[in-house]
Amino acid sequence: MLIPPKLQNFVVTLALLLAACPCLYAQTDDDAIMMAKKNLCVGATYTHSSWDYYWEGTLHRNNLNLGTVKTQMVGVMGIYGITRHLAVVANAPYVWTDASAGVLHGMHGVQDLSAWLKWDAYQQHIGNRGVLSLFAVGGGSVPLTNYLADYLPLSIGLHSKTLSGRIIADYQLGHFFATASGTYTWRSDITIDEQSYYTTELILSNRVDMPNQTVFNFHTGYRANRLIIEAMVSDMTTLGGFDIRRNDMPFPSNKMNATMVGAHVKYEFKEVKGLSVTADGNYTVAGRNVGQATTIDAGVFYILDFSHKKTAETPTLKTK
Amino acid sequence: MRLTIYASRLLSVVALTALLSCNKSISGTTANLPPLNPANEDLNAGTWKTILLSRPDTFAVAVPAATTTTSYTADLEEIVGYQTHMTSTLQSQISYWSAGGVLRWNEIMRNMVAKYNLAPYQNANGTYPIPSSTNPFAYPLFPFSNPPYAARAYAYVSAAQYDALVACWYYKSLYKRNAPYVNDSIIKPLAGKTNLYSYPSEGAVIAGATAELMQLLFPDEIATIQQDLAQQELALIASGAAARSDVTAGEALGRQVADVFLARGRADNASKAVGNATVWAAYVTTAQAQNQIPWYSLETPSRPPMLPLFGAVKGFLVDSAAVVSLDPGPPPSTSSDSMKAQTEAAYNTVKNATRDQLSQVQFWADGTGTWTPPGHWNYIAEQDFINQNYSEVRWARNYALLNMAEMDAAIVCWHIKYEYFNPRPTQMDAAIRTLTGVPNFPSYVSGHSMFSSAAATILGHLIPSRAQAYATLAQQAADSRIYAGIHYTIDCTVGSAVGQKVGNYAVTRAESDGADQ
Repeated sequence: MLIPPKLQNFVVTLALLLAACPCLYAQTDDDAIMMAKKNLCVGATYTHSSWDYYWEGTLHRNNLNLGTVKTQMVGVMGIYGITRHLAVVANAPYVWTDASAGVLHGMHGVQDLSAWLKWDAYQQHIGNRGVLSLFAVGGGSVPLTNYLADYLPLSIGLHSKTLSGRIIADYQLGHFFATASGTYTWRSDITIDEQSYYTTELILSNRVDMPNQTVFNFHTGYRANRLIIEAMVSDMTTLGGFDIRRNDMPFPSNKMNATMVGAHVKYEFKEVKGLSVTADGNYTVAGRNVGQATTIDAGVFYILDFSHKKTAETPTLKTK
Repeated sequence: MRLTIYASRLLSVVALTALLSCNKSISGTTANLPPLNPANEDLNAGTWKTILLSRPDTFAVAVPAATTTTSYTADLEEIVGYQTHMTSTLQSQISYWSAGGVLRWNEIMRNMVAKYNLAPYQNANGTYPIPSSTNPFAYPLFPFSNPPYAARAYAYVSAAQYDALVACWYYKSLYKRNAPYVNDSIIKPLAGKTNLYSYPSEGAVIAGATAELMQLLFPDEIATIQQDLAQQELALIASGAAARSDVTAGEALGRQVADVFLARGRADNASKAVGNATVWAAYVTTAQAQNQIPWYSLETPSRPPMLPLFGAVKGFLVDSAAVVSLDPGPPPSTSSDSMKAQTEAAYNTVKNATRDQLSQVQFWADGTGTWTPPGHWNYIAEQDFINQNYSEVRWARNYALLNMAEMDAAIVCWHIKYEYFNPRPTQMDAAIRTLTGVPNFPSYVSGHSMFSSAAATILGHLIPSRAQAYATLAQQAADSRIYAGIHYTIDCTVGSAVGQKVGNYAVTRAESDGADQ
């Protein structure tokens, strides 16, 4: 699809959280940080993503009848520490799209609810200061509204229900860390409004088989109590699907692959306990049937403590 | 509390996703049809009125070898061989083709239309290459099967299949050769039993006629179509429905009849419909001389208007004089208050589109990369034809009536579009962003409205119990173009009215072709 891979149904969660790794000492579904027990982190992010070049199959091109395709998103999310070793993460975005050229009308609306359970499964100290941790994450997403999926590149999502499994491995040495994760996502068929559609042949159905996907992610950098600075590379592969034909429009079940590089910064204020801000940027360096997106976002997060302690327990990095 | 909310949401996510089917392959609506089992075999169809053939026996079909001859015995032994060594592949091909040759070839045609319905990408200098029938394998591939092209392609194939099947039925009655499974009790009727004689094979007639027309319509696909033809003929033989000699005679007859249509197609003016720079410029000056804002392309770079001379193509039902007489007259002047009001209405409609309206826009979009509106109506017809249990010849006759109406609707519509060269709403007000692509040709009158109204008219005649449903669908198709912001209301109301008149030409033919006696 031509909306950035970040905004895809399931990837939206991954990407949002990758991009806007929220909450000091809190965690996302794709990092190596756990939430303190009975603490709820709430946050909001704004994302701006745009592209004017895209890959039509493997052909890198622009389109004077689209100009610059822009997607904006406001996401709300919550992360709750059920125990020190188990947390739940949920979010839902509101999305706007538009194209700077051509005639097509943009779309807007509430997209998908994503939810994840994250389990801090294993930890091993290595040497004096090194810690290796493994996490298992399971989650899924469901569309919250009946938005149009087959209106790429200006649809706000793909309207598939998803189920994902992820393994995260993290190694921390002092303030420096490296995290790698692999995700497999099953995607449900979607129903479109048309009675037929063309993939590599004409399908006489309004049901569309959505191929599954994998994402591999690696990030590394500096991680301390109040500040995280990291670089990341992410690679998404669609296991099936077909290429956009020459000068055709994209379709939800295209083979959408993307390799992105980016950076992420998070800071927790000393002055206000539990308040943190994030900033991110990433760029699609290679792709197939996706837009070559440049994405930036910013987020603000706050931790609420429900542990009934007098003061919020200062969360500590598992790996410290 | 919040924990409970998140946990329950998570559970619902897990529960929903658990419902996902393990088998992800999508099966089309016609993937598993039973064998064609006609309610009425139309044994008299050899007397039905043909379209281009002057007589059903214009082309001679040789007297078949007697069933006692060694050559026919060899035909039967070939079938026994296939049935003895039946494979699952062959079994599935028999099952696929036994649903009906006309049906399957119509689906193959829709597939090809969708495959080739892509506008060429521009040249580096901002002009556009034009697909060439003399160099069909070079980009841009020939053809660009846009709606007028597709309407004509469906019409030629359906009409040729019909004429060829009338001839086929004529010879079946003349020669009265029984099906292999009747002549040899060892042979199982794997595609069902009928009372039809098998020489020449109706399936092979359909395949031959269709394959022959590919030279004209989709030359890149000749090889692929030849494979489909071979597959169907093998299925016919292995199923015990036809002997090889039935198939050989059928394919030859189909090709001969199709050659008549091929010759007509080469001279029906369609090859000139693209026009040239002088023709394109003349529309602009003509409109300006009448103090009208001329249409221009909303694409970048500006694309020449689609098939401006398609209105001069020779129709099957509507002759050139009738094309002129069906002209509804001009739209309101581009400077009139009426046009201003229509443009404003278009703006407000798009701005306030409901989800249901978006669905209608999508459902009827039938734009780039699709089967086009005539293809959509072929699909709608297919769903009902299946339930009617038609014979092959009646399938062909009804598709011919539908598709001749669609082709002639395209001719009349394109004539009107280029007579008035009327701008799209977005040209009149650039603030009008549309909910589907804006077709690259003038606005007045709406092609969707004409195609749909013509189709609903003839289909309603053929299946009266569905007439109201077709009329409703046609209205939805017309309305969808208003919701999308690509047409003024008047384009659709006038287009629907003219489309109905074109449909009535097909009704008149249907009433007099002998099929309903």
